[in-house]
Amino acid sequence: MSSSRFFSWALKAYLLVFFVYLFLPLVIMAAATFNESRFPTITPWTGTTLQWFSALWADSGMWSSLVNSLMVAVGVLCLALPIGIASALFLTTVDGRGKSFIYALILSPLLTPGVIIGISTLIFWRGWGLNGGIALTVIAQSAFIAAYVMLMVAARLQRFDRTLEQAALDLGASQWQVFRRVLLPYLKPAILSAAVLAFLQSLENYNTTLFVAGYDTTLTIYIASKVRTGLTPAVNALALLMILFTVGLAMIYEFKRRREAASRPG
Amino acid sequence: MWQQLRRRFGVPLAVAIISLLGIWLIAMVLLPQWQMIDYSFHPSLLPSERGGVKDVWSLTNYATFFHNDIHLAIFLKTIWSSVLVTGLTLIVSYPLAYYLAKVATPGQAALCLLLLIIPFWINEILRTFAWYIIFAFKGPLNELLLALGWIDRPIRFLNGDTGVLVGMVYAYILFMVFPLYNAIESLDTNQIRAARDLGAGWGRTHRRIVIPHAKPGIATGCIMTFMLAAGSYAVPALLGSPGSRWFTQIIYNWFFEGGDWNQGAAYAFLLLVLCIVFVTVIMRVFKVGLGDIAK
Repeated sequence: MSSSRFFSWALKAYLLVFFVYLFLPLVIMAAATFNESRFPTITPWTGTTLQWFSALWADSGMWSSLVNSLMVAVGVLCLALPIGIASALFLTTVDGRGKSFIYALILSPLLTPGVIIGISTLIFWRGWGLNGGIALTVIAQSAFIAAYVMLMVAARLQRFDRTLEQAALDLGASQWQVFRRVLLPYLKPAILSAAVLAFLQSLENYNTTLFVAGYDTTLTIYIASKVRTGLTPAVNALALLMILFTVGLAMIYEFKRRREAASRPG
Repeated sequence: MWQQLRRRFGVPLAVAIISLLGIWLIAMVLLPQWQMIDYSFHPSLLPSERGGVKDVWSLTNYATFFHNDIHLAIFLKTIWSSVLVTGLTLIVSYPLAYYLAKVATPGQAALCLLLLIIPFWINEILRTFAWYIIFAFKGPLNELLLALGWIDRPIRFLNGDTGVLVGMVYAYILFMVFPLYNAIESLDTNQIRAARDLGAGWGRTHRRIVIPHAKPGIATGCIMTFMLAAGSYAVPALLGSPGSRWFTQIIYNWFFEGGDWNQGAAYAFLLLVLCIVFVTVIMRVFKVGLGDIAK
């Protein structure tokens, strides 16, 4: 019994250390926003200020890269969502020879390093006269984000009761109506979560985007270049805003999930 | 396959599904990869020389790699460091995944999972940047160690690989915790209790019961972490120094500084082969299939 108590105590201590390790860097990064020091740090504390928020506000490069990022993310939604949904429908409908090969192909972008996806897209489309920029970034990011969409949609599709489709058909609905009125409404929650995930994945992507963005700098590329050249706590101010944004989103998501779980019978 | 699709969705939708899937797999996955490989076996030529007599298949780009001791060393270091990152991440994640799956109440587990996700919704650059602040020469870590009297003068953490390793473990932990958690969660808790009742200690219970059951999760986590670490550009670029370059940085330089895309394609293909070899080895060792990874 004593060894068991020791282990449960050790596990608790470990958890504490782990979550400190997880959050301390973010807290330090956020705290450095309010330090007057021209270089982002918390030691030494030279004075408390809000000036880095106004420096961020005045940074036109940040704004234009944010606009680029949002355009890419919207583009990715338009391309990766239909592809991911179609693949999920395909995989849950067909079986037979060749399916496992196609399944492996569909998953392969998830197991390919992001830089490779960027490089191969860059090389391929140069042959068609398309150079690095927003359009190419959308194509490259969608290549792997579509696979995430597929996984999320397929997970819900597998629990779908096919007799519902049969019933609708028997009652005289066309196949299109069945898809539009039965299947899509059933898939809506999965498609929405996939859209949120795809949007965030697109916004935060760096490795793939690095190769295909051309002169259309996205937000992550802009931040990375700032960290290496001309670093000021304005970057921290941006980080703090992004943390608040994500925490807010996470809380909304969690709140919705709990309400859904509570309303589901059983 | 076409028949099954048509019967369920009707011709127009079935055509749409096949086209979308086809465009994706052919124009966005297969052809670009093939083109990259094809590029890597051709010399770098001026646009006017393409398709001419000099445009032949050759292994020159690969010979360049194997004759360059520095690039070879960086390649090997990238492999070794990525394995190290993968191992460290596994060790750090296992107790947490076990706690989430078997010790915590459902409410505690949900809260912990939410806490875990938050840092990972913030992008990799900022997560890495946070460590850049901590590791700075006059940063909080050095100040703390000095104040405690453990060191006499500040350490340059950002010279060498320490910073890169710590930053990577931090950046990729979630990709290990989630597969592990899913795998351990499906283990029947009674098995653990039975092992304990039959007199197995904690170490033995984990070695003989929990870990064998969690194999697919361990394999998935290791594959994802290794792939992310070996293919990382942000972490070594921010936390490394010129002396601790990563293979991805060499690839980047061929493209955007050396201007030799064919050479860069060869290096990229080597990285891809490395990842494929790693995935294959892990799947063999742990005896898992692709289906287990996608969970």
